[in-house]
Amino acid sequence: MKKTKQLLVCLVLMSLGLGSAHADYKLNLMQGVTQLSHELYGLHMLVLWICVFIGIAVFGTMFYSIYHHRKSKGHVAEQFHENTTVEIIWTIIPTLILVGMAVPATKAVIDLDKVQDTEMTIKVTGKQWYWDYEYLDNGVHFESHLDEASEKTHRISTADPRTVANYLLEVDRPLVVPVKKKIRLLFTAADVIHSWWVPDLGWKKDANPGFVNEAWTSVDKPGIYRGQCTELCGRDHGFMPIVVIAMEQAQYDAWVKATLDKQNQPPDLSDEPRAVLMSKGASVYLKNCVACHQIDGKGISGWYPALSGSVKVTGNMDQLIGFIQAGTSKMPAFRKLPDNELAELITYLRNAPELGNNVGDEIQPNAITPKYDDDE
Amino acid sequence: MSEDLHGKNSRLVRKLVLIVVLMFGFGYALVPLYDVLCNIAGQNIKLEGTDVATVNEAAYAVDENREVRVEFITSVNERTPMTFRADTPSINVHPGQYYTVSFYARNNSDKPLKAQAIPSISPGLAEEYFKKTQCFCFTTQTFAANEEKTMPVRFVVDPKLPERYKTITLSYTFFDRTNSIEN
Amino acid sequence: MSAVVAEHDHHDHEHEHHGPEKGILRWIITTNHKDIGTLYLLFALVMFFVGGTMALVIRAELFEPGLQFVDPNFFNSMTTMHALVMVFGAVMPAFVGLANWQIPMMIGAPDMALPRMNNMSFWMLVAGVLLIASTLFMEGGAPAAGWTFYPPLVMQTGKAFPFAIFAVHLLGVSSIMGAINIIATIFNMRAPGMTLMKMPLFVWTWLITAFLLIAIMPVFAGAVTMLLTDRFFNTSFFNAAGGGDPVLYQHIFWFFGHPEVYVMILPTFGVASTIIPVFARKPLFGYSSMVYATAAIAFLSFIVWAHHMYSVGLPIAGELYFMYATMLIAIPTGVKVFNWTATMWKGSMTFETPMLFSIAFVVLFTMGGFTGLMMSVAPVDFQYHDTYFIVAHFHYTLVPASIFILMAAGYFWLPKWTGHMYNERIGKLHFWLSVVSVNILFFPQHFLGLAGMPRRIPDYAVQFADWNMVSSIGAFMYGFSQLLFVYIVIDTIKGGTGEKVTDEVWEDASKHGLEWTLPSPPPYHTFTTPPEIIPTEHVG
Repeated sequence: MKKTKQLLVCLVLMSLGLGSAHADYKLNLMQGVTQLSHELYGLHMLVLWICVFIGIAVFGTMFYSIYHHRKSKGHVAEQFHENTTVEIIWTIIPTLILVGMAVPATKAVIDLDKVQDTEMTIKVTGKQWYWDYEYLDNGVHFESHLDEASEKTHRISTADPRTVANYLLEVDRPLVVPVKKKIRLLFTAADVIHSWWVPDLGWKKDANPGFVNEAWTSVDKPGIYRGQCTELCGRDHGFMPIVVIAMEQAQYDAWVKATLDKQNQPPDLSDEPRAVLMSKGASVYLKNCVACHQIDGKGISGWYPALSGSVKVTGNMDQLIGFIQAGTSKMPAFRKLPDNELAELITYLRNAPELGNNVGDEIQPNAITPKYDDDE
Repeated sequence: MSEDLHGKNSRLVRKLVLIVVLMFGFGYALVPLYDVLCNIAGQNIKLEGTDVATVNEAAYAVDENREVRVEFITSVNERTPMTFRADTPSINVHPGQYYTVSFYARNNSDKPLKAQAIPSISPGLAEEYFKKTQCFCFTTQTFAANEEKTMPVRFVVDPKLPERYKTITLSYTFFDRTNSIEN
Repeated sequence: MSAVVAEHDHHDHEHEHHGPEKGILRWIITTNHKDIGTLYLLFALVMFFVGGTMALVIRAELFEPGLQFVDPNFFNSMTTMHALVMVFGAVMPAFVGLANWQIPMMIGAPDMALPRMNNMSFWMLVAGVLLIASTLFMEGGAPAAGWTFYPPLVMQTGKAFPFAIFAVHLLGVSSIMGAINIIATIFNMRAPGMTLMKMPLFVWTWLITAFLLIAIMPVFAGAVTMLLTDRFFNTSFFNAAGGGDPVLYQHIFWFFGHPEVYVMILPTFGVASTIIPVFARKPLFGYSSMVYATAAIAFLSFIVWAHHMYSVGLPIAGELYFMYATMLIAIPTGVKVFNWTATMWKGSMTFETPMLFSIAFVVLFTMGGFTGLMMSVAPVDFQYHDTYFIVAHFHYTLVPASIFILMAAGYFWLPKWTGHMYNERIGKLHFWLSVVSVNILFFPQHFLGLAGMPRRIPDYAVQFADWNMVSSIGAFMYGFSQLLFVYIVIDTIKGGTGEKVTDEVWEDASKHGLEWTLPSPPPYHTFTTPPEIIPTEHVG
């Protein structure tokens, strides 16, 4: 029977999934690197095997019947249509199986909920379309965007994703955590609902605007763990990955120190050659502007205005600075950009051939006026 | 179609339409029902909107032997042109004792701004034990162009807070309400 | 099913009966249940291809990593519209079409109870679907927030927003009118002796489905109305800034949404329970437990909605409650699968195309049920939720389940409706192509989900490439094989194999339902005089 074969193929594929966890592509759930992810993996396998065995029993019976009880073999139909005993049995047995599943499942729900007694707290904010991480205990605070290579590749249809390392699963600034420390994560969002998922940690949690959710993790071993946003959050929902790097405590402490030093350092406002302004400006554009205005600066008709040939971009420079810093009802205010990045961006916007602009001027970081003393 | 059947059909249709209307109403009834259920279950939901700037302070027995860590986190929603942060990221408190902490907010735009802060507490089940007696979130805040404000929040953690809670996070998100029609 | 029918004259010309109007007007103003059933079925078939084309746009984009064909926003519109068109334009209308054709013939009624409302609900459906399709051409594009319309994201929809919501209202009113009509027909129009517990299971499952519909469609209408007033009239149902909560929308939506998915599967159960006994030449096993199981599933569907929302931050008591309640659904669903298996057991089976589709339905629906059971376990759902694993799950319960059964129903009743036999060879070809390709299409999606691919993304990491390519190949195979069905429908209407079918069509079918006692094709008006039912034991 073709159908039996097909079922066999499915089963073989399933069992392959159990065996070859290290293949290039995975077939089964990852075991992960936390106590929770292991517990959930065990539960997943338990239920999967229950399903496989019930499947074998039910489909086995059915295919036996299909093979033997056919008219072409001269089988004469019996006319029974009820059997209370059998019906009671096949109601009770599934009930017992369900109770058997519910016990470990309840324990896992309780374990997931044990968010207290943590050693550090990280606030995670979902935004269209990147993540913002804030370490409550030491003040480290940064944004985590899709990395440049992926950003460029997915926006240019001729580029080949296979040449990009960790395509769509790499960020410019990963979330760094110490291993074997119980970490509390708080989730919220600044616009729409997002959902933070790193499969190796074992769960996902929604980030709801205006509200805060919590979850905990404790990573067993150092490594790089990747995940993605899992709640549809608009156009670039597929392009806001999550990267978590777990490291030993000493390394982590050094990272915190280095990050804080850099964070507290005033931006370097010394003059840069035009080529540097342009190339750095391209990076600033990719991180902050490309999601709406697109890689060719053409925007999206009906949604986001084009920058190519726009008078706002190529006209008065001071007005452009003010515009970027103040934002509009549709565009966020980019006050967060330090003056050096702003200068780079503006030089790029006005002169980038890929945006179709060529004003032929430039601006240096210390020429940006007015200067805001934004202390965020 | 006989008269009898016609009558039966009309009566049945009337009943079914009534169900439809009731179910439409039920959809709306889920809104207050949700608030009630959330208060019981302690799911994240705005605190009871007490409309006065301060409410009366009930006296609690202070539990000097116990410390609870209270964290403050702040967010600004979408295009709201504000800087907003807690002056102290966290403090350790004794249940039963009143504390006042302050938040800094600034309107970064050249225009007046109306903004509403929405509080949220995590874990949700601790919410009923976290009482605010003074909060900028009770009313919509009005900021002049570029105005800065330091705003206090006065609160107490009810000593009845179950032992298992050691950390509570109070979150505020500011939403721009300048263009919404005020009642 | 239950009845043996005494001989009686079907061609009842003693009353003044007019035939159908001539020309196009016949189809516009018709109040005849058979005409309206045909309209619904043909409309659903067209929409099946419209929604299917959207699915193929999605699968074409996902054929390879990288963005090749469409803008991400259009991709999101496609996933949204594919779901809306398939749910409200294809599956639901197809079952309403079957109900229109079959329920009066199965219960011995001359027509639906409210024929004029019947006509109105069909045309309202057309208007609703056209309206939602028109949003594709509006500034800002069609809705792209998913068919679930979650706020705040849905608030970012462009000009299409109020039109989409008004379309939902129209579709809702249409479904409600259809449901009221079906309930009134079943309650008031049964032939004497056709007691409730003698009704064919298809009628039973539709009765329960109709009650689900009138209970949930108004709630959905309420939810989208709240979205509308939130956006245009400054209410704050779901807007946190005004004291609302976006999660509340998800609760209201899934209060509608979970029963809604059962609206698409319960009539499926009914058709399967009608077809399998005919080809097993045995009465349905456990008729009354089938009825109770259907009712139990319908009841449970109202109290499990938040299992779609395990990760939104439910309190622990909520997680546990919704997990236990959801697990319970496995019991009545299991009973149904066991009953179908027992119906086949010791039968005398033949494997005509309707039976093949029905058996594939039982097997593949059960696979969808298994993944459903896996996802009911709340903690593990923290891994499965919003990945391709759930995409695989619900497509298994909709495509090789609902769609396969609709195909089965087509093959099963087309000879009755047209009086012509379809081409069995092409039918079987259609079946084998469908059953193979549908598995190539959806089975790899389990692997993708478990490996970590989120749903609703237009582009993906390179490690997901292989299975996506396999899935896309399956999608195109499946999509194009369905053209065979169109060919068969047209061919059969035109005369099929030329073989004149009997009134029974299938061997001994008249033991299984009143419709098989009518001529093939049945005259425009049937059972103007109620058939005489001789109550017996359930004989099938």
